[in-house]
Amino acid sequence: MTTKILTTRMDAHPTDSHTLSRYLATGGYEALTKALTEMSRDDIIEEVKASNLRGRGGAGFPTGVKWGFLAPDEPRYLVVNCDESEPGTFNDRQLTERDPHQLLEGIIISSFALDVHHAFVYIRGEYPKAARRLQSAVDEAYEAGYLGDDVRGSGFALDVTLHLGAGAYICGEETALLNSLEGRRGEPRLKPPFPAVEGLYSKPTIVNNVESISNIPWITSNGGAAYAAIGPERSAGTKMLSMSGHINAPGNYEIVMGMTWRELIFDIGGGIPDGRALKAWIPGGASAPWFVPDEHLDTIVSIDDVAANGSMIGAGAVIVMDETTNVVAAAHRILRFFAHESCGQCTPCREGTSWLEAVLKRILDGNGRPEDIDLLLDIADNISPGLVWPPLMTTICPLGPSAVSPITSITRWFRPELEAMIARSEVRVG
Amino acid sequence: MTAVISNWSHDNQERAKRIIASYPEKRSALMPLLYIASLEHAYVSDDAMREVAELTGITPVQVQSVASFYTMFKRGGVGDYLVSVCTSISCYLGGADDVLAAVESSIGDVAGEAAAERPITVEHVECIGACGGAPAVQVNYELIEGVTPEKAVALIKWLTATRPEVILTDEMQQLFGGRRSFEWGSTDSEGAVRPIPAFGPYGSVGGGSVGGGSAGR
Repeated sequence: MTTKILTTRMDAHPTDSHTLSRYLATGGYEALTKALTEMSRDDIIEEVKASNLRGRGGAGFPTGVKWGFLAPDEPRYLVVNCDESEPGTFNDRQLTERDPHQLLEGIIISSFALDVHHAFVYIRGEYPKAARRLQSAVDEAYEAGYLGDDVRGSGFALDVTLHLGAGAYICGEETALLNSLEGRRGEPRLKPPFPAVEGLYSKPTIVNNVESISNIPWITSNGGAAYAAIGPERSAGTKMLSMSGHINAPGNYEIVMGMTWRELIFDIGGGIPDGRALKAWIPGGASAPWFVPDEHLDTIVSIDDVAANGSMIGAGAVIVMDETTNVVAAAHRILRFFAHESCGQCTPCREGTSWLEAVLKRILDGNGRPEDIDLLLDIADNISPGLVWPPLMTTICPLGPSAVSPITSITRWFRPELEAMIARSEVRVG
Repeated sequence: MTAVISNWSHDNQERAKRIIASYPEKRSALMPLLYIASLEHAYVSDDAMREVAELTGITPVQVQSVASFYTMFKRGGVGDYLVSVCTSISCYLGGADDVLAAVESSIGDVAGEAAAERPITVEHVECIGACGGAPAVQVNYELIEGVTPEKAVALIKWLTATRPEVILTDEMQQLFGGRRSFEWGSTDSEGAVRPIPAFGPYGSVGGGSVGGGSAGR
């Protein structure tokens, strides 16, 4: 259970894991050499398929299968999503700041496999240090011949361009990201067509997350079967989890899935500060429905087990709330986020997120009404019909349905607390 | 054909050319050029949007439509130091509202003595990806993790008193930070010179070019 793939170099070399010299001294770019000299493009794609690597950006779609959808037209693009903005998530930031060459080697191998000659990395504007570290790595790679017209004498040509975002969460959605990269408003596109067919500049495009691509060098070196052998069958490999909130040891942890949430929170995360009781946790970022101790502490940490229990691992953000948490205030804080970040294209999301925030606010302010719980659920149902899991949508992208998660969570698990807060309002108003 | 904006500095003209050339279609350079225009004009002014429209071959209103979508393209009203206090869920659970209140009240305290040419602007922002080091604050997008209300007040006083030319994340972390999301590695000697992200290709960095122990560029 101590297998690590992504964080070994940064753990062993805390000061300089981001430099080319350290990268080369620790086996860096050997996977690229193997790919360029011993493997065909199809060989690499087959290994990634065999690895069962599932996209780490949140959707969990198998990376190799996605690659297989890439249409044959030229030119084609690889776009790496480093717009990590899901509240609670900070693992792509660590991978980019601390081991940028690992990400870059993954980009080069992936581009070679996909016959891409121009790759882009979209980095959120609030991560200037990650952008500087990755740009330094790109500069070093050009100088050393890992990028440019003739990558290490192979005849393969690749340019990499970094692009900074400017503060829009929605650009983490892959088609919004592509619009943003084209110099447009970051509004999601209708799918289909999927980016693999019509993506950047309407050309075939693969959009992959930083953590997914950072796994590619290891998979290339060690083979897809070795990766697939790590962890549960449908949650293969390691996963970076960001732990935050009321927990003794917040931080990023590269884990092998398959443990229980109890082990994750109390053994790895060190439990709750000052011996307070655990009240709830969010297993996969602000978009995910909440888990509660009575129901979920012995649930398995895996993509499928979490989904079967009505939530998601997402991009790997575990947000812990102890017994002192006002869950209505916490839900309001998350709704405020979604109301701010809704792009405004779809009416149910644009209006609904703001209404949900406003109703929670008036309950918090002591002005709640008896009908407010039904009202919250009715607005939520208009964004995500039936309030089922996985969510149905009345919107182009999943942002709207994500905003419903805190509502279904507090009405399901903390209804007495919500009702009591409203009842106190009635006493005061009456 | 590459248009040139003659009232931009020579360096920024060259940067704009390089950036436009780095994309298959020049409209893709719109967001980077808005950052460069912010260096020229201190914020995204009407003139800046007209200039960026000329460089990218679209209309000024198309540029405005894009610029207004993104919160980091400021339309004025921002001082030399933009202090962004994260109040999203993880920072909220860690007491970020107290940090924001402390910053806002200390701004009130120092407002009288702060000279107009170096004002500080405070905003609360949504998640900045520093949840393991909550509560987190950025100054000109350079990060400090593990901030307390007391440290936040000291930060405002320090900005007011020393008026640093370059905002360095490691320096602020050492002075005003606490628990971090993860180890940061060797010192980053580059920092922000304006309230826009400090990134070499956009010409927005200050400080040395080589960090302690890091490779040359």
